[in-house]
Amino acid sequence: MTSRLRSLALLLAPWLVASGAGAQQAAAPRLVPAQSEITFQVKQSGVPIDGRFRRFDAQLALDPKAPQGGSVTIGIDTASATVGFAESDAELPRAPWFDSAKFPRAVFRSNAITGFGNGRFQAAGKLDLKGSPRDLVVPVTIVQNGAQSTASGEFIVRRLDFKIGENEWADQSLVANDVRVRFKLVFMGLGPL
Amino acid sequence: MDDATTMSTPAAASTYGTVAIVLHWLLAGLIVAAFFIGLTMVDLPFSPQRFRLFNWHKWIGIAVLLLSAGRLLWRATGHPPPPVPAGMPAWQLAAFRATHLVFYGLFFAVPLLGWAYTSAVGVPVVFLGWLPLPDFVGRDKPFGDEVLKPLHEAASWLLAAIVVGHVGAAFKHHYIDRDGLLVRMWPWWPSRSRA
Repeated sequence: MTSRLRSLALLLAPWLVASGAGAQQAAAPRLVPAQSEITFQVKQSGVPIDGRFRRFDAQLALDPKAPQGGSVTIGIDTASATVGFAESDAELPRAPWFDSAKFPRAVFRSNAITGFGNGRFQAAGKLDLKGSPRDLVVPVTIVQNGAQSTASGEFIVRRLDFKIGENEWADQSLVANDVRVRFKLVFMGLGPL
Repeated sequence: MDDATTMSTPAAASTYGTVAIVLHWLLAGLIVAAFFIGLTMVDLPFSPQRFRLFNWHKWIGIAVLLLSAGRLLWRATGHPPPPVPAGMPAWQLAAFRATHLVFYGLFFAVPLLGWAYTSAVGVPVVFLGWLPLPDFVGRDKPFGDEVLKPLHEAASWLLAAIVVGHVGAAFKHHYIDRDGLLVRMWPWWPSRSRA
């Protein structure tokens, strides 16, 4: 019995060591949600309306010194959108807007990360929002402060590409097509730039 | 009608000038429109129509503010109102002066309170959808919702009440006193040239 256990341990040992080492080598940077934000701004008849998503997550696998092998996935809980007005917030998860019952998550998944030096990167990938996957290129700047890395940037999405605001809400004179998305994602444990 | 014809008629001194008459009726129309749009829009459900009415309400309010400033400037630069009909009792004269003073105060206060309210809650005014106006109060949603909004509403109702009194007084002067007061401001009155 004991010998069998010992042989099992011996058999597994290399695996345990290997996976432990592997985990350490590729220790995934961890998002700090409380310090991170994903906001958006859309113009309503010229009036800037600022909103944000309260719940999102990020998986990042990146060696900043060799970014081409890296990848990033950002998931957003579409029902967590808020523009600060109870009435509007109640509308946003409904069918004409995010339709959160059918499409609870919006996901950006990179398929290529390019580095330009000085903490500047570009993540090209697909944004799958409301069931409409579309190519998206996101410029990212990473600033490091101790163990903390802050990735930030902004880009424009056209809401009508994703059918955000359907039917009578498609009127661009009322709600502009361009939505400026800004993000600041704070990670712990990213390798040095 | 232009100022030249007005000046050449004997009635010239007893009526308002063309600019004053145009501003009066333009502002009357805008203020009544803003009031009823305001009453309608707040009861609408979340819809494009609600957004449109809010925009129009704000744009009309800014127009009222600008035109009232222009009107006051016009009045202050050598275009005083014509004298009231002779023999008007002193209390009526006092009431006339008081209501017009409050009128002018509210022409500015109501739009300014509305502007301040929408700025405070974080929806700045963009006049006609293209001219962003500055926020003269900072973002403070509770202050906007709990202080500025009720003040804007109360001032609007006060303005509405004075408008009703103003219209009532004008009709009373025209149909009961028959003293020709309304004719001073009425642009299309057939008997105006005879007033």
